[in-house]
Amino acid sequence: MGEHAVILDSKTLWGGKESPFSTSYGKLMMWFFLVSDALTFTGLLIAYGYTRHAAQAAWPIGEETFNSMPFLGHGYPLLYVALMTFILIVSSVTMVLAVEAGHRMDRKGVIKWMIATIIGGFFFLGSQAWEWSHFIHGSEFGKIELADGSQAIVRGHFGEIENFAVIKGGVHHKNGDIIKTDLLHQFQHAAEKGSIYRNESVIVNLSDQKKITAQLKMDTTGVKGAAEKLIVLNNKLVLLKKQLNEIQSKPFTGGVIILHDGSIAKINKKADEHLMLITKKSGSKFKVGSEPIEGKKATELYYGSISEGSANKVVYGANLKQNEYGPQQYGQFFFFITGFHGFHVFSGVIINIIICIGVVLGTYHKRGHYEMVEKTGLYWHFVDLVWVFVFTFFYLV
Amino acid sequence: MLRDDLIEYSLHTHHSEDQGKKIRKKIFFVTILLTVITAAEVLLGAFIHQNSSLWPFVKWTFIVLTLFKAGYIVMIFMHLGDEKKWMRNVILIPYFIFVLYLIFIALCEALNVGGALALYGN
Repeated sequence: MGEHAVILDSKTLWGGKESPFSTSYGKLMMWFFLVSDALTFTGLLIAYGYTRHAAQAAWPIGEETFNSMPFLGHGYPLLYVALMTFILIVSSVTMVLAVEAGHRMDRKGVIKWMIATIIGGFFFLGSQAWEWSHFIHGSEFGKIELADGSQAIVRGHFGEIENFAVIKGGVHHKNGDIIKTDLLHQFQHAAEKGSIYRNESVIVNLSDQKKITAQLKMDTTGVKGAAEKLIVLNNKLVLLKKQLNEIQSKPFTGGVIILHDGSIAKINKKADEHLMLITKKSGSKFKVGSEPIEGKKATELYYGSISEGSANKVVYGANLKQNEYGPQQYGQFFFFITGFHGFHVFSGVIINIIICIGVVLGTYHKRGHYEMVEKTGLYWHFVDLVWVFVFTFFYLV
Repeated sequence: MLRDDLIEYSLHTHHSEDQGKKIRKKIFFVTILLTVITAAEVLLGAFIHQNSSLWPFVKWTFIVLTLFKAGYIVMIFMHLGDEKKWMRNVILIPYFIFVLYLIFIALCEALNVGGALALYGN
């Protein structure tokens, strides 16, 4: 500290013995390392800002994306991240108390506060694991691609799936079976594959269409009466398409699912509440930045889209290729920035444990000062500092 | 050969029990301040959404509060405020020159790229 600096005459000062900063080599080098590390994080956050600025309204909003709490469900915007921030601030405080105890040569105090810091660090790492798991698995609704080519994220309360009542048996299930386990997972898997339909007649209709299309493609050169047959088939196809359109235009009620074993079941599901579609990619009809779609129209669009019979209409959760929250880069930045920070926290905890062992063994007490605790403390505070910026620029704004 | 004329700076930071009490008081004050700021940010974010007309104001409040928090962490928790003036400057000035320029250039570029994408499509 400045007030303790020793005053030296100029001969000693210029004799190469005095540090111009009155700081030991190790501490100064820790500071220089932290500046370089700060530049790395700055680079990452500015790259994030660049991408976000270029994407404008298509970019996800923190409070829309992160609104869940463990055990409590949805509807708590940013509360969990704020809790994580608080945990990290508290562990930063216990660290500074350890440093302070070190300045008084209070070994017991240093051990006590360092252990508290390590526990805080583990709490933060655990929170981040939950956050990642939640981000990767995503919401019940996912992100939907609508008929006009636009993409929308979905908010609201997902009505619980009560059971699947089998109406046509397959390999594992018999007709009349009631399936009550692993419902959401099977539902989402089927939605991704495009195996959810409005009702059974859609499935029959689609398979008939497929058959006729295949017949139309067959080679009929030299077959007697082929031309007449083709006309009949074409007419049939047009009729089927018309029938399908009629079914698709009726309100969505329940729906049926083709399970992985090929059996067909009726979905018994409670109604969703407060369903809201927010457009994140413009199509020919719905544009980014327009008012969210709500009410019956939202329900119709959502289930209309997943029951169209085509795959990849819905994205659940996140990976490096796609995510349900917004553009591809959003997921990548999430994984990279919070992951890089989380790795720093992990290293910090490990370094703290090593230094704490040194304190317990009395290494620093024998040395006459606890500067090692101060140095690891600098690193730990830096990790907290980075999180303050990640919290603001990734989650808040 | 061990040198006996080197100055042990690590000992300069030692302080007495009384000074410790004062320092701890300061630490607890900063703790409460940081917690209150974080809570205020979350509340502000919960009530004012990004489509509100107040949003630009809220956004800048967030950024200013963040810099405020960062300042307290660096100056008090990391003791940079207690270091010599030029040590402080050597750490902060090069960093800020570089970063402010990078923010300026990146956001200018992004606005133009975003505009071009909006005009010509992806």
